[in-house]
Amino acid sequence: MLEIKNLHVQIEDKRILNGLNLTVNKGEIAAIMGPNGSGKSTLSYVLAGKEDYEVLDGEILLDGENLLEMEPDERAAVGVFLAFQYPLEIPGVASMTFLKATLNAQRKARGEEELSTPDFIKRVNAAAQQLEIPKDMLKRALNVGFSGGEKKRMEILQMALLQPSFCILDETDSGLDIDALRIVSEGVNALRSPDRAFLVITHYQRLLNHIVPDTVHVMHSGRIVKSGGKELALELEASGYAEYRTGEAA
Amino acid sequence: MPAVQETIDQVRSIDVDQYKYGFETEVEMEKAPKGLSEDVIRFISAKKGEPEWMLQWRLDAYKRWLTMKEPNWARVSYDKIDYNDIYYYAAPKKNPAPKSLDEVDPEIVRTYEKLGIPLREQEILAGVEPRNRVAVDAVFDSVSVATTFKEELKKAGVIFMPISEAIREYPELVKQYLGSVVPVTDNYFATLNSAVFTDGSFVYVPPGVRCPMELSTYFRINEKNTGQFERTLIIADKGSYVSYLEGCTAPKRDENQLHAAVVELVALDDAEIKYSTVQNWYPGDAQGKGGIYNFVTKRGDCRGKNSVITWTQVETGSAITWKYPSCILRGDNSRGEFYSIAVSNGMQQVDSGTKMIHLGKNTTSRIISKGIAAGKSDNTYRGLVSAHRKATGARNFTNCDSLLIGNECGAHTVPYIESKNASAVFEHEATTSKISEDQMFYCQQRGLSEEEATALIVNGFVKDVLQQLPMEFAVEAQKLISISLEGSVG
Ligand SMILES: Nc1ncnc2c1ncn2[C@@H]1O[C@H](COP(=O)(O)OP(=O)(O)OP(=O)(O)O)[C@@H](O)[C@H]1O
Ligand SMILES: [Mg+2]
Repeated sequence: MLEIKNLHVQIEDKRILNGLNLTVNKGEIAAIMGPNGSGKSTLSYVLAGKEDYEVLDGEILLDGENLLEMEPDERAAVGVFLAFQYPLEIPGVASMTFLKATLNAQRKARGEEELSTPDFIKRVNAAAQQLEIPKDMLKRALNVGFSGGEKKRMEILQMALLQPSFCILDETDSGLDIDALRIVSEGVNALRSPDRAFLVITHYQRLLNHIVPDTVHVMHSGRIVKSGGKELALELEASGYAEYRTGEAA
Repeated sequence: MPAVQETIDQVRSIDVDQYKYGFETEVEMEKAPKGLSEDVIRFISAKKGEPEWMLQWRLDAYKRWLTMKEPNWARVSYDKIDYNDIYYYAAPKKNPAPKSLDEVDPEIVRTYEKLGIPLREQEILAGVEPRNRVAVDAVFDSVSVATTFKEELKKAGVIFMPISEAIREYPELVKQYLGSVVPVTDNYFATLNSAVFTDGSFVYVPPGVRCPMELSTYFRINEKNTGQFERTLIIADKGSYVSYLEGCTAPKRDENQLHAAVVELVALDDAEIKYSTVQNWYPGDAQGKGGIYNFVTKRGDCRGKNSVITWTQVETGSAITWKYPSCILRGDNSRGEFYSIAVSNGMQQVDSGTKMIHLGKNTTSRIISKGIAAGKSDNTYRGLVSAHRKATGARNFTNCDSLLIGNECGAHTVPYIESKNASAVFEHEATTSKISEDQMFYCQQRGLSEEEATALIVNGFVKDVLQQLPMEFAVEAQKLISISLEGSVG
């Protein structure tokens, strides 16, 4: 589904990704772990098409299509979704209004009919209920004054509504309390499907207890330095990243 | 970066493409000789068949104007206006004062159709509930070419007609109120208007009458090098109510054109006037060439106790806007409101706001202003709230928000507060925000294009004010705002 080959990226003359290779198959949940500053968020931004990043070399294919040639909204329409590490606030725009606008924009881009208001409301309410998001919150301006955990839940609500085919979760677990971690994970697991792949960025095994990955990749200095099954996360939890640091020096 | 370049190109092309009302109508026009003189004023007055007192009023204003200086305190800059290089009167040659729509030049009727303003009552009637009907006075350059539903309004006792007609038919009413809110000597442009005003609407709502439909005037500047000097006078007698809306458009031209209007509102005891404007004069091109200079004096007098005047404005057009619709809160317990959305893009300059002058006891006022600046435009809110010695219990709430789109525009807030009564309570809130690149990326990540994201955020920003407009105009205004901002993101 997703193929990243030899990706080199810099921002403001600072090299961040240095020949990154990664393949994620349909139906797979891939976890990425790695020390602070290793380039995980950068990778997620580059996948989503954030402007400031300069791609020096390499390619990114989603179902064979070249993502690097698309605008961020076009990438969204072909199914790329990024749950932000730090979700943005949109003052003045009710969450409900935002959700409807984004869903219909994507449908329009794919040549589908707009959703009728009753259908839309039904879907939102169902998704909100599952994520235990109170209805009142949907009337408030998106993310404005939301707590850290509420913002993360709202990201997953958007993901549930938009039904993307490739979901990137950047540290969705940070800021969540114990119950919220379970609720959000259940929300993600409910979306698991043979047609959908996930890239889950996290620092902690606790999330992977809930969302069990098929593969785990270790990122260091802008590169995938080791890949394995779910047991790799447990090893990292025990030994940290020291091994890769010395590996680098050598 | 390619995306940025694309946006820049889009912004460049936009001002030329977006303005949908920029076409010209080919009709033969009769004009006064170019320039301003006593003779030109006599010409205008004669064309309008005015009584002697009206001519005298104009000539006095002209003498006064000659002694005045053009003001320069607003935060706008433009080349000096040559007042002798303007035509002060232009009217369709064929039948300038048609008795019915059948006599109006079909070219002109088509013009209004193209602008979405039906002038035939039958067309308006089809499928429209009576309470949703709108009576229209259509002003084309210097003359009113049609006024709809006049008869039906007359049955309710409401007078709605071109002011030039009212001067002939209701001289006593006009004499009593004209210049009573905006004195002839008020300011440079108001005095100029008093000397040369050509047409506009006159409304009188008798005591206790709720005007049965929305009234509106549609101003169109068509002729080249011609100024439009609109004069509107609305009187709501005791216990009456009226809602009035004006719309404005003009063709695209490389030369600047002057629109110097005066609007006076009078609300007597327990009366209410709602005055809404959707101003979409040609704003000029991306380089700032052409466009209308919109220098306007609008003032309402809450003359009676418990009276209410509400100004709602959506300003998207004009190269330069300079207007401060104000309320004089003279009657005890009277109330003034000002709701404004001012959008500027390209090279537009807006200096707009309001004045709330509290004279009576327990008078209240409310100001909600939303300025949106994009492109290289400058957008200033300038407002005055004052309480007179006798204005015990005066209250004002002001909220001024500015939204910046891009890095090359400016937003400024200049509030003046004067209180001579210790019991007056004035509250002021102001914010300036910017659509950040991160917010834009977030919206795009969810599938919105830059335009859609901007429109969504802007709509959220202005919704408190849009709610004040009559429903059908709110929808129009919302579209207009999106169009004005198309391609403004960068
Ligand atoms: N705009 C920028 N200018 C300069 N350096 C940047 C910029 N954005 C990111 N970086 C740097 O790039 C490196 C990778 O950052 P990134 O956010 O991708 O790390 P991360 O792996 O997500 O870290 P964390 O686990 O702390 O979230 C960091 O050293 C960061 O400081
Ligand atoms: Mg990160």
